[in-house]
Amino acid sequence: MGYTGKRMPRVDAKDKAAGRAKYAADLCVRDALVAKVLHAERAHALVRSINTDRARQAEGVEAVFTCFDVPKYYFPTAGHPWSTDPEHQDVADRLLLTDHVRFWGDDIAVVVARDELSAVKALRELEVEYEDLPFVLDAQAAMEPGAPQLHEAFPGNVLGHSSIRRGDLEAAIREPGLIRVEGWYDTPTVQHCHIENHNCWAYMEGGRVTVVTSTQIPHIVRRIVGQALGRPWGDVRIIKPYIGGGFGNKQDALYEPLCAWLTTMLGGRPVRIECTREETFHCNRVRHAIRSHIISWVRPDGSFAARKLECWSNQGGYASHGHGIAAKGMNAFPQIYPCDNLECDAWTVFTNLPPAGAMRGYGIPQATFAGEAHIDDVARAIGMSPLELRRKIAMPKGYRDDFSGNVNWSDSFRACMEAGAKATDFERRFAELSKPQTGNIRRGVGMALYWYNTGVWPISLESSSCRMVLNQDGSVQVFTGETEIGQGCDTVYAQMTADAVGIPFESVHVVTVQDTDTTPYGSGAYASRQTYVGGFAIDNTGKILRGKILDYAAKLTKLPAGQLGLREGFIENDRGERLMSLAELATEALYSMEDSRHITAEATAQIKSNAYSFGCSFAEVEVDLRLCRIRVTRLMNVHDCGKLINPQLAEAQVHGGMSMGMGYALSEQLRFDEKTGRPLNGNLLDYKLLTFTDHPRLEALFCENAEPTSPFGTKALGEPPACPPAPAIRNAVLQATGIAFGAIPMTPEKLFRALEEGGGSDV
Amino acid sequence: MYDIRALYEAQTVEEALALRREHPGARLIAGGSDLLIKIRDGKLPDAELISIRGIDSLRGVSLEADGTVRIGPLTSFTELTRDGIIKERLRVLADAAGEVGSPQIRNIGTVGGNICNGATSADTASTLFALDAKLELRGGSGTRLLDIAGFYLGAGRTDVRENELLTGILIGRESWERCHGCYIKYSMRSALDIAVLGCSVNLRLSADGAHIDRLRLAFGVAGPVPSRCPQTELAFAGAPLGEDTARQLARSAVSELSPRDSWRASRAFRLHVAEESAYLAFCECVRRAGGAI
Amino acid sequence: MNDRQFKHIRCTINSRAVDAMVDVRASLTELLRGEFALTSVKHGCDVGECGACTVLIDGEPFNSCIYLAVWADGKDITTVDGLAEPDGSLSPLQQAFVDEGAIQCGFCTPGLILTAQSLINRGEPLSDEELRRELAGHLCRCTGYENIFKAVRRALDESLGKKG
Repeated sequence: MGYTGKRMPRVDAKDKAAGRAKYAADLCVRDALVAKVLHAERAHALVRSINTDRARQAEGVEAVFTCFDVPKYYFPTAGHPWSTDPEHQDVADRLLLTDHVRFWGDDIAVVVARDELSAVKALRELEVEYEDLPFVLDAQAAMEPGAPQLHEAFPGNVLGHSSIRRGDLEAAIREPGLIRVEGWYDTPTVQHCHIENHNCWAYMEGGRVTVVTSTQIPHIVRRIVGQALGRPWGDVRIIKPYIGGGFGNKQDALYEPLCAWLTTMLGGRPVRIECTREETFHCNRVRHAIRSHIISWVRPDGSFAARKLECWSNQGGYASHGHGIAAKGMNAFPQIYPCDNLECDAWTVFTNLPPAGAMRGYGIPQATFAGEAHIDDVARAIGMSPLELRRKIAMPKGYRDDFSGNVNWSDSFRACMEAGAKATDFERRFAELSKPQTGNIRRGVGMALYWYNTGVWPISLESSSCRMVLNQDGSVQVFTGETEIGQGCDTVYAQMTADAVGIPFESVHVVTVQDTDTTPYGSGAYASRQTYVGGFAIDNTGKILRGKILDYAAKLTKLPAGQLGLREGFIENDRGERLMSLAELATEALYSMEDSRHITAEATAQIKSNAYSFGCSFAEVEVDLRLCRIRVTRLMNVHDCGKLINPQLAEAQVHGGMSMGMGYALSEQLRFDEKTGRPLNGNLLDYKLLTFTDHPRLEALFCENAEPTSPFGTKALGEPPACPPAPAIRNAVLQATGIAFGAIPMTPEKLFRALEEGGGSDV
Repeated sequence: MYDIRALYEAQTVEEALALRREHPGARLIAGGSDLLIKIRDGKLPDAELISIRGIDSLRGVSLEADGTVRIGPLTSFTELTRDGIIKERLRVLADAAGEVGSPQIRNIGTVGGNICNGATSADTASTLFALDAKLELRGGSGTRLLDIAGFYLGAGRTDVRENELLTGILIGRESWERCHGCYIKYSMRSALDIAVLGCSVNLRLSADGAHIDRLRLAFGVAGPVPSRCPQTELAFAGAPLGEDTARQLARSAVSELSPRDSWRASRAFRLHVAEESAYLAFCECVRRAGGAI
Repeated sequence: MNDRQFKHIRCTINSRAVDAMVDVRASLTELLRGEFALTSVKHGCDVGECGACTVLIDGEPFNSCIYLAVWADGKDITTVDGLAEPDGSLSPLQQAFVDEGAIQCGFCTPGLILTAQSLINRGEPLSDEELRRELAGHLCRCTGYENIFKAVRRALDESLGKKG
């Protein structure tokens, strides 16, 4: 291995620094019509009628379509690989526009105009007549008898329920001397807040529909557009250029189906849909708010006799990714701290909030907040240090999960914990700060572990394809269906290709744009899968390409292929002497009058494992009791994501996740008016994304235990960094103030209320 | 595109006044950081605007012969934070201007616009209240001078009459000479935010440096418009410096406020923050004045 | 509508004198992206919160989304396209962004580089805290700002070192 493991510069950095990188809106043709969606101003209602007369006559308007005009092809939106088994297919509950409004902001009509302002003004001319229905915003309330019902197919609003039963809880809790620790933990509705809003534009060519879109999942979107329009999937072409972040929001089909349909209704003319920031907040996807109830029966030495978990996941108005998020969170619970006697239940429940979908961590940030806050509550209850307790009970090396077949090959939890504890001097700081504190400023340290795995096997398909094409100059184009969304996969793919084929890093040209007409299949950016899964495809394809090259070299050199090598773009003999350059070989191969060959390779890798990826956060906080402010003064994440392919990119990825985790802990929450269901703060002023000035220096450490199943020794890192910071900060606040927050974000107002109620009096 | 029906650009005060007469329904636009957002939200359909951005005579800060500091209303927040006269005499106003949004917003936003849009959360407004600022408004029939407190008619409403233009913000010598101020903005983020509560204190110590000589306390977001605490100011004039005074003064000030409950913050929380901010701002003023608590 | 109002403006964009007939309703973002194909000027919120549309006007950063295009008359405007050398090689600041791993999705990058360039042009030393405040008009979801801070810190320090 030559390039993997090294800090190579990002392949797209120069273009992005120079402002040359093109995103979907930058590529849009100037004569595209503009479509603007009318969003319902009701949380739950039926649309009785929409009077479009005035809108149709408004200046610049080309067409108006309402929920009564769209085809009745119900489609799912989740960015999951399709399942050919109807039992495992995503819930198809969406239409392009709906007459049954299920959340404030649901799509009920669309205006297409020559320019954006004309479209916006015409929207105001649409007159909607609603029949109001009662609505419900809370997941547990939505399960009550008599609650408003959202979907006929899901009586009681329960989209999914799953459970785990292990051992005999009732018997186990009768053991004498057990300490019962119980807690309720609430996580908020938050949004991804990629800086580029979702946007797409569509046109027709040769009778087929093309959509250029800001998505993480072009191949999946192609299938969904086909389903929504009732067209053969091959009739649809999706082009994905650079995108300005996704974080899971763009792991759903958003407005691509509607945009595609509009161009078909307008003779194939180009039509664009660009979400405003407000639409991104209200009308795309959000992270599920999850309420968890945990009871642990603990022995004085910290070991668990039995544990119980119940969680309720707020799905919002449509199924999107559905129960997968809550299920993933619940499945982490018995694994991270194994226990013989367990009862776990997770419910995913429809409510009249915006639909929740995938967001960085996919249920694990919620589960980690609940689970790790609870571990610190346990540690306090039994008088043990939180580090010592975790050392004792975290998943051991050699643990094997029956469901996924995953094996914990290394003692990652303890390796990460010890590295982080040492770097932050945690034990000494914890002991110091455990002594009684006085004064207005209180300090605390806290930690949290997280559990993660890589990819979606065995729930879903894990496959990835790659194509490599050798150029005359010895350079290689690499095509994959896996998408660059800012995380840096193009760069690590270039590193992997250089090593797999045996050419210089600079000779690899990763084709960043996915075009479903030309790009081999890959399901896209989610589940922190691409470096792991894409690595198999690149390794396989690179070996095939290398074999073909050496085969041709054998012909030219008249030496057996087995005695030849390819290193740094040169054909070598078995003594390492350079015989010819790859450029010479490639040119000869293509233009040979005797044996012309276009040397290419293509392979699909199927992966039936989903490597564990573990780590932890350490936080230190200062709490100003009078001003009710929590300031994070130190934050460190430690990850075992296997062998790093590019340490600089890995570190940068961790920083971003830590920042998202800090916002989750302290300030981010999408809020809704209880009386109407109307969103209150869906803009970047009122939704408190943290700024430059709200961060401490972010520190990232790695424990590199190579993953044995991966050809490059790598595993998940994309999502994990966002998982542990919130509970680590919560636990630090607990030490500083004695206040055991059961809900995030820990805003100044919540701290004020907790202090008013006498919280923290033990400090 | 903004939903703008017509835009008229004035280069002089006279042109602006003439345009106001010709287009009585038109709105004045200075920096636009507030107005353009309202237009985008559809709150001012088919807007007719008079842009006063080009009136250079309304930009900048000067010191008049009697020691009055005159601030041109088109002075941007950035210009205010960098201005020599302001930094030397009215540091608190530079600090308040520096708390606005972000550098980009401070470049486009103007101090006059900050006042004229009538928002209680405006970062410079509470400080201008504490400085007893006077506003100079020019109209067809002449110029009038108005106390800033009288200028605010209600939430989002100010006393700029149909044919008028704000032409100066005046701060008298008595508000800066031997005075020390402090502005505390309480917000959820330390940048890019609006105040949950703003508190501005202006203090002059007695000659012996041990007593309060002159006290001004002003708050933003503690009511529909920025407000002062006249009873507290009066009651504590002459009070000795000390921890007790600081605490009592803060408690007294809060009794004169009436913030509302909203989803952004509860009344109780705003009152708590107001009291803590008043205490901290007062203590900081004392420190800046060279006194001791 | 027939009575649309336009204004003829002259300005300098990336050191090139230009003129244009501008719709008075247009924002500077729309003018730069539409008329001049400067798609490095991004829009992320349209209300001056995210900073992605930042350009330099007479050397100072402004959110071009809340700046009327007609106001550009007589101004000197710089977009990130104007920072690289004529041969396409990156400026020291842009190179610092590349070297320090400050770029991920790249959507906030052009605006951030411009604000940082205005600080370098100002030539004043800044403490870490001051520097963070100066950059706070840009939201970024990818980086936690950490490597962006490192890149700007380095470029600013190097530029000050060169000068003095």
